[in-house]
Formats: sequence, C-alpha cells, structure tokens
Amino acid sequence: MSVLVEKADLSLKYTGHYNEVKDLLFEGSSHVLNAQRNKAFQDFVMQGIPTRKNENYKYTNLQPQFLPEYKFIHQREEVEADLNEVFRCDVPQLNTHLTLLINGWYYQKNKEAELPEGVILGSLEEIANTNPELIEKYYAQIAKTEEDPLVALNTAFAKDGYFLYVPKNVTIEKPLQLINLLQSNKDTFATQRNLIVVESGASLQLLLCNHTLDLNTYLSNSVTEIFVGENAHFDYYTLQNEHNKATSLNSVFIQQERDSTATTHTSSLHGGLIRNNLKFILNGENAESNMYGMSFIDKKQHVDNFTQVIHAQPHCQSNQLYKNVLNDQSTGAFAGRIHVMRDAQKTNAFQRNNNLLLTDAATMQTKPQLIIDADDVKCSHGATVGQIDEEALFYLRARGIGEDKARLMMMNAFAHEVVQEIKIEALRERIDDLVDKRLKGEVARCHECAYNCEC
Amino acid sequence: MLIIKDLYVSVEGMEILKGINLKVKPGEIHAIMGPNGSGKSTLANVLAGKEEYEVTSGEVTYTGEDLLEMSPEDRAREGLFLSFQYPVEIPGVPMVNFLKTSINEQRKYRGQEELTAGEFLKYMREKMELVDMHTKLTNRSVNEGFSGGEKKKNEIFQMALLEPKLAILDETDSGLDIDALKTVARGVNTLRSPENATIVVTHYQRLLDYIIPDYVHVLYQGKIVKSAGKELALELEEKGYDWIKKEMAV
Repeated sequence: MSVLVEKADLSLKYTGHYNEVKDLLFEGSSHVLNAQRNKAFQDFVMQGIPTRKNENYKYTNLQPQFLPEYKFIHQREEVEADLNEVFRCDVPQLNTHLTLLINGWYYQKNKEAELPEGVILGSLEEIANTNPELIEKYYAQIAKTEEDPLVALNTAFAKDGYFLYVPKNVTIEKPLQLINLLQSNKDTFATQRNLIVVESGASLQLLLCNHTLDLNTYLSNSVTEIFVGENAHFDYYTLQNEHNKATSLNSVFIQQERDSTATTHTSSLHGGLIRNNLKFILNGENAESNMYGMSFIDKKQHVDNFTQVIHAQPHCQSNQLYKNVLNDQSTGAFAGRIHVMRDAQKTNAFQRNNNLLLTDAATMQTKPQLIIDADDVKCSHGATVGQIDEEALFYLRARGIGEDKARLMMMNAFAHEVVQEIKIEALRERIDDLVDKRLKGEVARCHECAYNCEC
Repeated sequence: MLIIKDLYVSVEGMEILKGINLKVKPGEIHAIMGPNGSGKSTLANVLAGKEEYEVTSGEVTYTGEDLLEMSPEDRAREGLFLSFQYPVEIPGVPMVNFLKTSINEQRKYRGQEELTAGEFLKYMREKMELVDMHTKLTNRSVNEGFSGGEKKKNEIFQMALLEPKLAILDETDSGLDIDALKTVARGVNTLRSPENATIVVTHYQRLLDYIIPDYVHVLYQGKIVKSAGKELALELEEKGYDWIKKEMAV
C-alpha cells in the first residue's frame, strides 16, 4: 500500500513540478523546442517513470532514482569557477580544446575547438534561437516521446545541450572531445538534449566523457539524436566515469542513410546506475552499424544496455558486441533487439553479449531478441554468462604467475576484444590502462579534479 | 630432488593413485609408462598442483620442501614445470605478454632483476630457434588457433625459456608427427644438464627413442608395478601392456 502511494506521489510530484516551472521552460527557448514540450510531458505522464512492469525496463527499476528531492536547472546558471581549471582530462588531448558541458548545459566559457570551415559546435539553446532552420528538420524526429518515458521527460524539460553540424563532404581530422560534468551545491537532476548532423560524405570521430565532480546525488537524463548522411562516417565513443551516487540515463538515436558507417563504443568504467538506450535506424541501403560496449562494475552498481537496431533497408550490416565484468553484488543487464523489416533483404545482423561474473552474488540478465520479417537475411545472436576459465587460470599459475595476476590477465583478455575496437590509438591505450586499473581495484580515474573529493 | 612416498590421490571421490613411490635425482630422466587410465596424467597434474586432485595420504618432497603445501605458482617458481597434455587456448592473452610475465614473476620470486622488454625479446628469439618456433605463433594469443603439434612445441618452447629444475612432460609425444617429435626431443636433450631432471610420461615407447631415459616405470591401476632401465620400454613395446596385466593377474 505504502509503495503504491509513493508511486502515485512520485508521478504527481513530477506533474506538479512541470506545471510550476512551465514558464521557465518556455522562456528563452526556441519555438522548435517549445513546440514539443506539452505533448512530451503528456506522453511522460502516460508512460510513467519506468519500473520493471515496463517491458523495456524489465531489469532496471528507476522509481528509487527519481525519488530524491533534486534541484532542477531549467535556466542557464552562471558558473563562477573556471571549469577548465577545475577539471583536467587525463586522456591525451585529441583536440586542442575540450568542449565542456555542465549539468547538461553548454559551458559558456568554452574555448573554441579546432574545426574546419562550416562546422558548427555550440549550445543547442543558442543555435535553436539564432538558426532554428538548422535544427527544425531533425529535432525530435527519431527520439519519439510516445515510445519512451525518459525521452518524453527529456523533451519536456529540454533547454540545452550541444549541437554539432558537419556539412557535406567535410572531414574533421582530429577527434572532438566533449566532456559532461556534473557539479552542484545540491543533489541535482540534469537534463541534456543533443543533436548531431553529419551530412553526406562527411566524417568525424567524437569522444564523450561523463564525470561527476562532487559527491552530490545526481540523475542525468540525456537524449542525443544523430543523423548520418549518405556515405558519411561517424564514430561515437563514450567513457562513463561517475560515482556511485550518480544515475546516468543516456538515450542515443542514430539514423543512417545509404553507404554510411556509424560506430558506437561505450566504456562504462564507473557509476551508480547506468542505463544506455541505443537505437539504430538503418534507413538506406548498404549502411553499416557497429555497437561495442563494455562495463566493469562492483559493489551495488548497475549497468543496463538496451539496444535496438531497425533494419529498414536491404543490404545493410549491423554488429553488436557487449561485454560486462561484474564483481561483488553488482547487477547487469543487456537486451538487444534486432528488427529486420520486410524489405530489408540481404541483411547481415550479428549480436553477441558475454559476461564474466566474479562472485556468486553478482547477477546478469541477458535477453537477445530477433524479429525478422524478411526471408533472405543472415542473423545471429549469442549470449554467455560465466566465470573465469579455471583451466586457463591453472595454466597461467603453472607457469609461475600468481593467482591475482593470472585473474587480472584473464579479465583483461576478456575485455580486450572490445578495447581493440577503439580506432583512436591514444584513446585505446588510455582506456586499456584504465581498464587494467579498474580491474586491479584501483581508482580508475581518467581525470584530475581540483576539488579532490572521493568521486 | 623429488621423493614421492606412498601417494594416494582421489578425483571426485574416485581413488586414482594408490600408493606411488618414486625418487628422482638431479641429472636423471625417468619415463613413466602405462596403459590408458592407469593414473599417469593424474600423477603429472598432482605434482603441478591442480586443485581438483585430492591427496588423501602420502607425501611429496621437492628439493627438500613439502611440495603439496605449495601453490601451483610457487611450484613453478621453484623450478617445477609441467608440459601439459592438452595446453589451453587463452584468447586475448598475447603470447609475448604471457611469456614475459611468466619469466619475470619467476625472476622476481628468486630475487633476480626483471627483464626489460628488449632483453626479453632477445632472450625469446634465442629460444625460438631451439624449437623452431615461428613468430606467426608468438604473435598470437596463448595457444590460440595452434595445431596440436604447435601446442606441444609451444610447451617445450616455454620449458626452454623457463629452464626448470624438474620438467614433467605429460604425453608430449601424442599427436606429434615424426619431425615434430624430433624437434621436441632435441629441445629436451639440449636443455638436459647434471642439475636438472625430467619425468617423461608417455603411453608409447616412440619418444624414448629420442629421449633416452635412465629409468622406466610402469604405472598400472594407480601403482608402479615395475621399474627397470631403458630396456623395459623396448620390452613393453614388444609385448604390449597385456604382458603387465597378465603378470599382475598372476
């Protein structure tokens, strides 16, 4: 009974909040964003905060995460500290300047990254106001509010995030680095809305890092829509490194046109609760999608990767490889849905999820799902949940390698298959090193924080 | 160097070794022969420290110490080497990393300086020649995609790198063609010295044409039922294991 009341209260709380802050949300925002708000919020109310009853959230109940009294940031706040001083990225800098976002908002004192002519990288709020025509065509087109409550809530609250536009045939040689920072004086709910448009023939690599800079409780709900044009190439790397009191909800939608290639690579190194929603829509022939993910979790951490691949056109290929290493009482989930539509003949779709449980208390749920409406396709999926191979462990020990070190070698070997898919060499080496540290139980911090908190 | 006294070993409640006695001195080569299921591999594995094997009674002294009390890694660091009958494939662990870690862990244990990457590679190349090890194999993950013969060769290659005091070769000859057999034997013979000893566990006499043993022991139903010089191997080859079985029945 009390649980029911709590749930009802929780929904009412968010409804009350929305009505209360509505004016703030509409104020200063482009009509492009505002046009979606009310419907989006209705869609959120209809679907509610995800619990296990929602089939797509079967392994992740988000109610407890929505319960705390959060501070919401519906209007741009002045950031006093110079974040470039507070935060130092230890990943070798790939571009001259890092682009920072704080609590979901584009940082105003960002130094400009080195970009070829015509490329736009900036605040979504600002660009939606000054050049709505750049955004209108794409905004809320593939992130559908009626299909997911987190997308709905994000669209209702969306004010800012980043907008990245790469015009036709432009290649950005150096990878771009975007850093999402969470830093506040209270427990905070962050909303971030991003849009990436990679026009035909364009190409770039993007590295996105998520960090917490203090010990407050955080919930961040981000939605990113990505459009990859004909014959364009886009690599999207994510490094998740937040503390145990952070809930990181990330929904990424990628629509690809013919002959394009898009790759996502997600490394979940640390975080309290991580839910990654990833949806690929193969909307043109001969497109290729790659999804790689790995997580290393311990204590009571929870990581849930939920992928959907829609093969809407023939002659496309999709590959998925997700690996998780779970220690202590951590819990993980992977659900991957591949939908091959009627016209998508000659589709090749592969999916694999391998999991390593280091203790009896750690648990992993894995659910592959194939929906095939075409008849000439090649699809496969496979999942394993297991422990460290004892035979291999003995082999290493019989050569004089101590048990701990042998285990570490085996865990690194397990992760290696995903690490090696990182095509940026400096990043691959750094992540290799971070994974090694993480597996050794050392703090695998990939950044320096001037606050010196234990986060 | 190695003294086994009245050793009884069970696996999953089944008694496999029923009172083994064996003494191995430095410089000696012992062959342990016997029909399938006689307990040869159990003996090899229990000496290397495999945990599923339960020693129910008896003792094993290695260089004056209680071997059974030592972890598998410490046994290796003390110079005991098992050439596996079925070497495992370990995808994702590169051969070079594995070998370097193995050597340096052992050096560290003995208070020696660890080899640098350069020193290690030089040392590795020397030993590769000895057993005709190809770089196409050392560039892979441990045993990954190796043929049966390549896996066995890899075992002897590791033995050459680690220079053990006591090497136990568990069916190293099985699945080898004659050229590979000769290569493996050459490796073993080159590494032979008055300070180290070898136990060759084998079903067939064939390998003993190339690695000449000082002693041959016949293991049957968990016991050493016959011990003699190298001529015993030939006799076994000629008369077959049925001869032993019949003799035992009498």
